[in-house]
Amino acid sequence: MIATDGKTEQIIADFPILARPTSRGKRLVYLDSAATSQKPRAVIQALVDYYEQYNANIHRGVYEIAARATAEFERARVKLARFIGADAREVVWVRNTTEAINLVAYSWGNAHVRAGDAILLTELEHHSDLVPWQLLAERTGAQLRFIPTDDSGRYVLDDLDALLDGCKLVACAHVSNTLGTILPLETVVPRAHAAGAVVLVDGAQGAPHLPVDVKAIDADFYTFSGHKMLGPTGIGVLYGKHTLLEAMPPFFSGGDMIRKVEYAHTTFSDPPRRFEAGTSNNADAIAFGVAVDYLHEVGMPWVREHERRLTAYALERLAGFEARGLAIYGPRDPATISGVISFNLADVHAHDLASILDTEGICVRAGHHCTMPLMEKMGWAATARASFYIYNTEADIDALCDGLEKAARVFGI
Amino acid sequence: MDDFYRDYILDHYRNPRNFGHLEKSDAQAEDLNPLCGDQIRIELALDDGVVRDVRFSGKGCAISQASASMLTERVKGMKLADVAKLSKDAVLEDVGIGISPTRMKCAMLGLRVLRSAAIGELAGWPDEE
Ligand SMILES: Cc1ncc(COP(=O)(O)O)c(C=O)c1O
Repeated sequence: MIATDGKTEQIIADFPILARPTSRGKRLVYLDSAATSQKPRAVIQALVDYYEQYNANIHRGVYEIAARATAEFERARVKLARFIGADAREVVWVRNTTEAINLVAYSWGNAHVRAGDAILLTELEHHSDLVPWQLLAERTGAQLRFIPTDDSGRYVLDDLDALLDGCKLVACAHVSNTLGTILPLETVVPRAHAAGAVVLVDGAQGAPHLPVDVKAIDADFYTFSGHKMLGPTGIGVLYGKHTLLEAMPPFFSGGDMIRKVEYAHTTFSDPPRRFEAGTSNNADAIAFGVAVDYLHEVGMPWVREHERRLTAYALERLAGFEARGLAIYGPRDPATISGVISFNLADVHAHDLASILDTEGICVRAGHHCTMPLMEKMGWAATARASFYIYNTEADIDALCDGLEKAARVFGI
Repeated sequence: MDDFYRDYILDHYRNPRNFGHLEKSDAQAEDLNPLCGDQIRIELALDDGVVRDVRFSGKGCAISQASASMLTERVKGMKLADVAKLSKDAVLEDVGIGISPTRMKCAMLGLRVLRSAAIGELAGWPDEE
């Protein structure tokens, strides 16, 4: 085992779940943070504090705890805005990335996309950044195009300008959840804008793992989920440039998003509240604010460097199994991927592999990772996927390799 | 769960019995488990309401493929009406060891396909007076 810098040990101590052994008495080796991250004590405590001390509905109560709930809720919005370099009025609370993308597809998409327009995605998209655009294309008669990837999951940008011709919208993952590939936004966004397209970046795997500045990226929309970045489930963010949000019609409608309602007619609030119909996920939004406080404290450049180091170590250790039929998918360069590695061991199906690893307390994902078209294109039935976050160490990767030894033994490899 | 991967399970996984297609089948069905992408197709040849021959095809984990393989051995010679009524317990008896709840869907995929082939075929038969 390689010694870590001590910071990781302190971080680990902040995550109660990592101290709980599995039912077989094994240490929990959590390598599935791309699916959802674990939560530090401070985030869990924020949820408890909200319900124990100041639970009240926001934006309407006049009494003390309602005022506190409203203030904390709006303070969390400011924290999220600061975390991504945005203005608070550009941060819309949603349930998750999927809802954020649907909001844009319906509100912005219905208003702007017409028959014959093109929508450009990539071949690495998660279903959440693919299916809403398929439906928008069906509603409008628009055409979907895809930025291709090569056999190792690297983007091929040679024909980008041709792909952008006639494009109204580009929607692309900042980081692939299956292969970890980081999209070179510094290339794609300016060229998309030059072609007159609006750019939505699916940041579900970007915001948790990379320093993100939406103004520097110049994304028009940027979407992400709290649960993948130390926050609770049920809360996420749609960032949108104010000028765009301002011109967009509501997606959901009802209470809380109105200025004046008459029986026949309603005028709507300004963004972001125009897009936040009904009672919000108050406690979760506030706890999400605490989660980004925690990430800010740790430092996003440190997060990126920590994961880069772990990824390099994992690639090196996994390579030791290649002689026994381990296939590693995706780019093998830690500088161009985030902390995600997809693999298969010889003829062991990914689900069987994950089951055997589970007996050792090791949590990996197995399957298509919500990227079925990519799996089909690459000819992979399923892959196992290990993904890393701030609380992982080289010891976790060593445990994974011990688990692979066990699987190889069971399957007689 | 690691106890599950016994030699005979791995043998059925790597050397599946009755694997492939029938030249002519009387009943067939296929299905997939969208969670993990396991796929199974089962074809039955019938003789007077009795399963004369069977083939399965598909891909997936050792649990789904081995349990389907064992199932095909069990149904040869069975009455189609009994095939339609085969229970979960039959599969569990074949595989011989407890399956964890998260993998139960994999183990039961073959059974689900087999029963739907049988029920589909029976539904097309004229009612007996
Ligand atoms: C790249 C990417 N986009 C979108 C999503 C969807 O996120 P959520 O389920 O939180 O809406 C995920 C989650 O796995 C993802 O990895």
